[in-house]
Amino acid sequence: MRCWERPLIEIIRLSVNGDSHEIGVPSHYTLLETLRYVLGLTGSKQGCDKGDCGACTVLLDGLPTLSCILPVQEAIGRQVTTIEGLADPDGPHALQDALDLTGGAQCGFCTPGILMSAAALLNVNSSPTRQEIREALSGNLCRCTGYTKIYEAVELAARALREQRPPAEVLRS
Amino acid sequence: MKLEDFRQKQAEKAASQEELRRALESEFQIIGRRLRRTDGLAKATGRAVYTDDISLPGMLHGKILRSPHPHARIVSIDVSAALELEGVHAIITGSDMPVPYGIIPWTRDEYPLCVDKVRHVGDGVAAVAAVDEESAERAIGLIDVEYEVLPYHLDPEAALEDPDTPIHEPRRPGENGNVSKHVHLEFGEVDRLLAESDVIVEGEYYFEGTTHTPIEPHCAIAHFDPGGKLTVWSATQVPHYLHRELARVLDIDVAKVRVVQPPVGGAFGGKSEPFDLEFCVAKLAMITGRPVKILYTREEVFYAHRGRHPMLMRYKTGASKDGRIEAVDARTILDGGGYSSFGLVTTYYSGQLITAPYQMQSYRFDSTRVYTNKPCCGPKRGHGSVQPRFAIEVQLDKIAESLQMDPIELRRRNLLGTDTRTVNEFRVISNGFPQCLEAVERASSWRDKYRKLPYGRGVGVAGSCYISGTNYPIYPNEMPQSAVQLQVDRSGRVAVFCGASEIGQGSDSMLAYIVSEELGVPIDYVRIQSADTDLTPVDLGAYSSRVTFMCGNACIDAARKIKRQVRDAVAEAWGCRPQHVALAGGWAFDRSDTERKLPISEAFNLAEAKFGALGSMGSYNTPKDIHGDYRGGTIGSSPAYSFTAHVAEVSVDPETGFVEVGKIWIAHDCGRALNPILVEGQMEGSAYMGFAEAIMEAHVFKDSGLHNAPSLLDYKIPTSLDTPELESLIIESLDPEGPYGAKEAGEGPLHPSIPAIANAIYDAVGVRMDRLPFTPPRVWAALRERGRLEAAGQLTPWKERSAISQLTAVGD
Repeated sequence: MRCWERPLIEIIRLSVNGDSHEIGVPSHYTLLETLRYVLGLTGSKQGCDKGDCGACTVLLDGLPTLSCILPVQEAIGRQVTTIEGLADPDGPHALQDALDLTGGAQCGFCTPGILMSAAALLNVNSSPTRQEIREALSGNLCRCTGYTKIYEAVELAARALREQRPPAEVLRS
Repeated sequence: MKLEDFRQKQAEKAASQEELRRALESEFQIIGRRLRRTDGLAKATGRAVYTDDISLPGMLHGKILRSPHPHARIVSIDVSAALELEGVHAIITGSDMPVPYGIIPWTRDEYPLCVDKVRHVGDGVAAVAAVDEESAERAIGLIDVEYEVLPYHLDPEAALEDPDTPIHEPRRPGENGNVSKHVHLEFGEVDRLLAESDVIVEGEYYFEGTTHTPIEPHCAIAHFDPGGKLTVWSATQVPHYLHRELARVLDIDVAKVRVVQPPVGGAFGGKSEPFDLEFCVAKLAMITGRPVKILYTREEVFYAHRGRHPMLMRYKTGASKDGRIEAVDARTILDGGGYSSFGLVTTYYSGQLITAPYQMQSYRFDSTRVYTNKPCCGPKRGHGSVQPRFAIEVQLDKIAESLQMDPIELRRRNLLGTDTRTVNEFRVISNGFPQCLEAVERASSWRDKYRKLPYGRGVGVAGSCYISGTNYPIYPNEMPQSAVQLQVDRSGRVAVFCGASEIGQGSDSMLAYIVSEELGVPIDYVRIQSADTDLTPVDLGAYSSRVTFMCGNACIDAARKIKRQVRDAVAEAWGCRPQHVALAGGWAFDRSDTERKLPISEAFNLAEAKFGALGSMGSYNTPKDIHGDYRGGTIGSSPAYSFTAHVAEVSVDPETGFVEVGKIWIAHDCGRALNPILVEGQMEGSAYMGFAEAIMEAHVFKDSGLHNAPSLLDYKIPTSLDTPELESLIIESLDPEGPYGAKEAGEGPLHPSIPAIANAIYDAVGVRMDRLPFTPPRVWAALRERGRLEAAGQLTPWKERSAISQLTAVGD
């Protein structure tokens, strides 16, 4: 359908963090607007309005995607994972726990996007090198940390996942 | 010991006998340990609620109409068409809030919305509240503003010479309306000592403006309830000042204004004064009776600015042949942009804050801040002193070069020392700068590298100091600069109320560590409620690196009052002396017999039974009688100074002029590291930001007054691939007045990055980069010029530099 043929409001079905939602959205909405304004999932952040900063990064079928420049229709029929869907009920994801342990979040505004990019990396590479981590995170701007403690977190989480141990235990060893 | 079930659970979680015995042997249980932040998991799981994440029932959305002209008189504003648009609830213009505001009480020169004139592109002219952002956006497009365009100045030197085009009316008749502030101070006999110096180095340095670029854009929400109480949530780092200015500008009782600061997504000085959106949401909420939110676009963040002042700095430095700094003579022009902001302070800081860590025999500075028709400059991390630090540290490198002396050795020959005064009479007590120099020298293998690396590679060194807060608050008053209130629950939970602004630096965590250390409660028993003017005692805000020093001391003060009561009560129950009662690891226990112990909650209950409800207030105020005895001597006067040294290693591509910074070693004297992880985070973040200013960032404007690159794609901030390797080396000098000896860590470590990189470029390829940023075209042009002089035989080829340098090293 061409954009001018769309109705002003569309009813769509969107799968987010395993939940299937039937929702009405203004048809010009991006995925980020839908997540934040319609579904109340405010973990994904809006930093730049145009795909420059990476704070809005979510996973679309496991791949890191800038939700602020993705028309919401593009997410229909695909699995959207946001920062809220990274942890499971047992506790935080190893990346989240590791980031907390290494001090990789300061203001925390870029953190959700950083972690989604890192999660996508660990999904395909269980022992990334420092350079591979730098490349995977190069679309996510962080203004606080100088990135060092974020790399340490990703390395720690990767090791914890490989060894199936909590990051805190890996850090102590 | 028979305990109720829930106490038994606490006792099981608390420290073991072995741990208690160890606790008696160590000075601290919590302080100095590598601990988690209190807000780390909330941020990592997306649960932290920032201002823009808040949505109130019935909330309207606002937009601000901004000037397309750099300088123009507002002739008329017609909002009638916009008001008729479906969904528009209210429109305000300058005449709705015709009260000037400004963070410095003596220089209030801006209005929430412009009243008569606009002074830069992006100046706010009108604001709309509508049912959604799209309607508000459409409405501002329908507002018709008639402007009378005026001549404008983007260049400060041109503005200075053209008082007939005044950007502001002169404060007094006959004065130049384009001078925002002028400061001239002289300490010692500069002219005589310059004349007697063995070597004199003159340089002209230009620091391009840069901006903070927090990833979170500014956002504010206001709610006005029918009882006449105004609540404003804002991504600010100064809720207390915002509180006062909202009441003053809107002419409402300050006791009926509440400012709440949610977690802030980065600030760096860019949110340290009131902004137009805060006044606009408040006024629009008062008119409509509905909550109103305004979120800046990224472009608006660039125009709101308040970032680093561009500075043109002319320096003349004299030294004796053995390397002693005899005289520094500095003349500086600051490009202030359209308004004052913190400019009065910036102008002083541009001179006052370079008098350490080196002993100067004499010093003179003359700084002039000039208005231009650009977005207003203000405080960015390392307020006012990052620019002159660049100049002075490159000057020292040039002196070392002409004396054929190792630049670290030159710095060692001018150490200021401890328990002393600077040439401008600042009191310096603790000073770990010599250890900082030694740490970066060793870690970087300096002696194997300086003037010894292959052509194209080099190392550079620089040092700096910074304030841990200022002794005088922004508005004159005798009250404490910071206060902390503690309230203890019977469960053992301790609530901490403090006005401090958590902006990512970890101030909430710092408060929790202190309470946990003093009262012996687990950290997760401590709840932090910060920066809500209805709930928290005043702290002046997260600026000038004051929070750890001041809130930390206030928190210790509050905690020790409760600690005294708890120890008294437990001692009475045990029939021992209070000094024998220790609080640690979730217990109150007997120092002489660690088997005798109570869960900390039971100890609190004893204290509550003996003294009544358990709570305390603590406060901190700065020493007031230690500044220099001259006008301006209070500005830059701090209870303690931090010190930093960097070594940067760079590679310069001689074909393209591209500079790659490989690594920065950062040694920072933070007094005591309360949590080394957080200190390192500040050091690395600072060095990163300095690196960015050196190599990439330029907050510049087109001839029309439009911002050159108001987006995160075009304004270059470093990605993970751009950022050099950063190594933090913490130096702890233990300041006698700091909390457990702590000083600042958030801003000081930025300063030496830029001159260290400039000096490293010289070591690599022999060109002096006196103008920021060090972009490939500039470096390439400098290399071409050097190549021309080398070919003409006027300079020895830099490739043979190791042969020409006979350096004076340590011990020579």
